[in-house]
Amino acid sequence: MHLSPDEVVLWRHGAIVLNQTIATTWVVMAGLALGAWLVTRRLTDAPTITPWQNALEIVVLGIRRQIRDAGLSPAERYLPFIGTLFLFIATSAALTILPGYHAPTASLSTTTALALAVFVAVPLYGTRAGGLRGYLAHFLEPSPWLLPLHVLEELSRTLALAVRLFGNAMSGGLIVAILLAVAPFFFPVLMSLLKLLTGTVQAYIFAVLATVYIAAAARVAPGPAEEGSVS
Amino acid sequence: MTDAAWIAAVSIATAGLTMGIGSIGPALGEGKAIAAAMTAIAQQPDESGPITRALFIGLAMIESVAIYCFVIAMILVFANPFWAHFARAV
Repeated sequence: MHLSPDEVVLWRHGAIVLNQTIATTWVVMAGLALGAWLVTRRLTDAPTITPWQNALEIVVLGIRRQIRDAGLSPAERYLPFIGTLFLFIATSAALTILPGYHAPTASLSTTTALALAVFVAVPLYGTRAGGLRGYLAHFLEPSPWLLPLHVLEELSRTLALAVRLFGNAMSGGLIVAILLAVAPFFFPVLMSLLKLLTGTVQAYIFAVLATVYIAAAARVAPGPAEEGSVS
Repeated sequence: MTDAAWIAAVSIATAGLTMGIGSIGPALGEGKAIAAAMTAIAQQPDESGPITRALFIGLAMIESVAIYCFVIAMILVFANPFWAHFARAV
């Protein structure tokens, strides 16, 4: 039993190790990119559109509506980052129905990389929305004495993002593996169904939390903040 | 008991305690959160969308405490650092 797909080594040459996490990450990324390229190759606004274009429009419009609901005004600016996070995590969770597949998000390395991407994106988007001075001013927002707590919050919520996604993805795979030893036939199927549901919910939560963090950083800058920011 | 047996026994017992005690708080918290959200949806069915979104975010926040406990328990059982240290010494 493997705790994470990092331990499954597919190919090794000297110091270069190709483990299953890297392989599945690249397969998921290639699948997403290829699928998006195939669908968007012939976009039309004719009365009849292809089913694939219809499906992709539903996904993109749904993500854009969620971003807009969270209070980020030009949603198109944030759509590529948030949408990529959601689609990657949701696809890597949904593919667990394939036998022999371990979700790359069940490795702490992948989730740490995703959380670090959010950690870097928050100040970038905050600076872009309100300038460097406006972004840095929100660290001193109620009182300058709270500066250490603000810095600590940035770090701890990055850790929380990484460990939350890792714990969920890892526990799903591990529970199925344990149940296969206890009750081999029917019960693991039900748990797999539950795992698909929680995987999608976790992808949604990761994307929504990234949106909320970016909104908290980007909303402070122009004018006075109208309501308490969610942390 | 030998040192290895002590490490194994204490690790496994602590993993169980971590999971058991650590899930009490999140369970009570999630129950309260869901009850409040159900009341809010019953009072204002039109606002069920924003309420559900806030509920999911809050549940994820509460649940992460239980997941930290789960990760600690898994580390204790499957990737115990003291166990690795002991195995290297022998």
